[in-house]
Amino acid sequence: MLTKRVAICAVAQTPFVRDMWYKRFQEMCFDVVEPILKETGANFDEDTGIRNVITCSDDVFDARTISDNAVTDPVGAHYRGEEKVSMDGCNALGYAAACILSGHDDVMLVVGHCKESQPESRDMCTNLAFDPFYCRPVGLDNTNLSALQARAYIERSGITEEQLAEVVVSSRRNAAKNPVANEKGQVTPEQVMASPMLCDPIRALHAYPVSDGAVAFLVSSAERAAEFTDRPVWITGFANCMDSYFPGDRDLAGTEILARAAKRAYRMAGVNDAAKDFDLVEVNGAFAHQVPMWLEGLGVCGAGGEFISAGGLDDKKVNLSGGMLSGNPIMLGGLARAAEAVLQLRGEADGRQVGGAKRALVHGTTGPAGQHQAVLILEN
Amino acid sequence: MTQKHKKNRNVGIIGIGQTIYSSHREDVNQPEMIHEAVEIALKDAGLTIDDIDCVVHGNMELFQMVQQPDCWHTIGTGAYGRDQFRLTTGGTTGATLVAASDNLVASGMYDIVLAIGFEKLQEGHTTGGITNMADPLWGRSLQTGALTGATAGEMIEEFGEDRAKRAAMRHRVIMDKHAVLNPNSHRSFGLEFEQIDDLMKNSPPLVGELRLIHMCSQSDGACAMIFACEEKAKELSDRPVWIRDHIAVHREETFTMFSSNKEMRPEITQRYAARKLFERNGIGNPVEYFDVFEMYDPSSWWGMDWLKNFMLLEGDEHLKMVEDGEIMIGGRLPVNPSGGVVAANPIGATAMARVAEAALQVRGDAGKHQVPGEVNHALASGFGGTFWTVMTMLEKNLDWQEDNNG
Repeated sequence: MLTKRVAICAVAQTPFVRDMWYKRFQEMCFDVVEPILKETGANFDEDTGIRNVITCSDDVFDARTISDNAVTDPVGAHYRGEEKVSMDGCNALGYAAACILSGHDDVMLVVGHCKESQPESRDMCTNLAFDPFYCRPVGLDNTNLSALQARAYIERSGITEEQLAEVVVSSRRNAAKNPVANEKGQVTPEQVMASPMLCDPIRALHAYPVSDGAVAFLVSSAERAAEFTDRPVWITGFANCMDSYFPGDRDLAGTEILARAAKRAYRMAGVNDAAKDFDLVEVNGAFAHQVPMWLEGLGVCGAGGEFISAGGLDDKKVNLSGGMLSGNPIMLGGLARAAEAVLQLRGEADGRQVGGAKRALVHGTTGPAGQHQAVLILEN
Repeated sequence: MTQKHKKNRNVGIIGIGQTIYSSHREDVNQPEMIHEAVEIALKDAGLTIDDIDCVVHGNMELFQMVQQPDCWHTIGTGAYGRDQFRLTTGGTTGATLVAASDNLVASGMYDIVLAIGFEKLQEGHTTGGITNMADPLWGRSLQTGALTGATAGEMIEEFGEDRAKRAAMRHRVIMDKHAVLNPNSHRSFGLEFEQIDDLMKNSPPLVGELRLIHMCSQSDGACAMIFACEEKAKELSDRPVWIRDHIAVHREETFTMFSSNKEMRPEITQRYAARKLFERNGIGNPVEYFDVFEMYDPSSWWGMDWLKNFMLLEGDEHLKMVEDGEIMIGGRLPVNPSGGVVAANPIGATAMARVAEAALQVRGDAGKHQVPGEVNHALASGFGGTFWTVMTMLEKNLDWQEDNNG
């Protein structure tokens, strides 16, 4: 069990916006690192300061080979260590926890950035995640594989158009209270159900909006946390799990891989019943159907559709940040979820604050239609 | 005050697998090539994939134009159903994967970790890929891939043209003499010292005195390593190689900051990293302490210059070590008995292959390129980005905690 050995001492986010054309990603990183240093007093001293920075980005989205090279300076890694976790940022936090627990580091920055507005189409980027022989030539990408997944999930679960629409409505309602959320426009179920078909059965409003943004955390050992904050949030569980690659080899509508990651993370944190043990849940569904699917896999609910109809999203405080459906770049899905959880557990979530929140469940996915799943548990 | 390095628990290397390194591996695709290395590493450790708790994967996306290739490669890595991380840091990636595995095991989160570095550079355009690393506004029009002749120019200025050029070519021939002993080498020509004069004149120049023969290749290949916590390492292996410490030192994104003025230039990262690492581990004289050094030497000029910086040498001590053959197998400090990076360079695997080769030397399993005598202390270095350095210290015995040698 991890208990309270790794602390998140501070968090900073840029606002997530449709196109941050006025900033390069280097400046976006600087914008989140600087407030953290100011708030915590952490520095880059050779012996006692931040000696290792975990970055999170993707070379294809950045259109730069070794794109962490471009941010070494703004994240303060000049003559310090820097290691880039090139997958959902949730894993960057999990890896940072390992660095602290190993004894190798005692204070670190975790900085993620992504500009989905930069490529002509984000589907062009995720098409490159497929092998060049079988899947790429037929045009598979994250959106259309997720559509196949949505169809399979609808078939399996019988989830209705109305229930899926409610996921979007709830996301936008929560986003309105989150100052960094991108898409805050309120929508009705009718509007969602009448929105243009993007990739059958995924409609335009079912899909996460294109966003740019950056997130940073200061992570430290328990021994040093008091130097940086009087409100530490503890990483008490982390695990992830990889599914198979070929879509035909995967149970696209299944949640076994996520359940395996969750089981390992829950064991670490001493969570017995995911439906009861969390005060809030931040789940990384980039498409509306994935929210109930992942909630099922995480064990937060039984049948997702019924859970939604019964008002479960509100009851279980699911995605108070607005979630992916109000807009985070795919690389930062888990990091933005973690950022919201940290704010909630520090009592800094203002108008959307959950009173007395003690423990939060954070989820992140990497790869086409959630091939890789990560689960992070935070407590105050 | 330099803090002593202290790990939560010890980490041992218990499995090593390398494919052959080659300019073309058209017989296999990426996951198949990775699978070769994974199979060798598992066999070496006497394990099956079911024993692995976590897989760590890394390479550069734009070299092969595959985004998040760990997803596709799952069919070759065996990551299905397991925890998996992907880390990339340019040329240092392989060394970063070792550092990450060291951290993940030492943390207590995972007992046994499999790390995989790979590249199949034949499938992309390496020099184009590396040039794309530079800032599109300020650096890209000047970037020439990984080619830079500045070190050659400076060494010629410092040590005289004939001596510097001769020493660099001697370094190159020594690396080739090592490479011919390594069956995994991509390039092994059978060069002789008698050819030095000829090569100094006739090897095609790339940038100034950096000539084609000095420069590393682009290769296809994969390297896999298995790491275990002390308890498991002792249980599963009769010869685990212990990771004593690692250090990463990166720097800002241009090669050129202050480079025209030597006085204003910050300390080279190789020297800074070595100084820090040796200081906190109480290593006073690295040349004497280490029994073998596997260095990421992208060219013979850098290999020679960095020997000085990694070993904290002064003046022309490093040139003398090359001229006197002290870096050869059987010499005072054998450098790159594997042949080094000029012999094979599958970039995402290259820095891991340095650690793997150093570990093979500690085990005494390096075959024809095994250095004579007992190898108790080994050093490996990685290079990437704009002079990024990652160093790994390996030990045969778990005795450094009580007694800091050096």
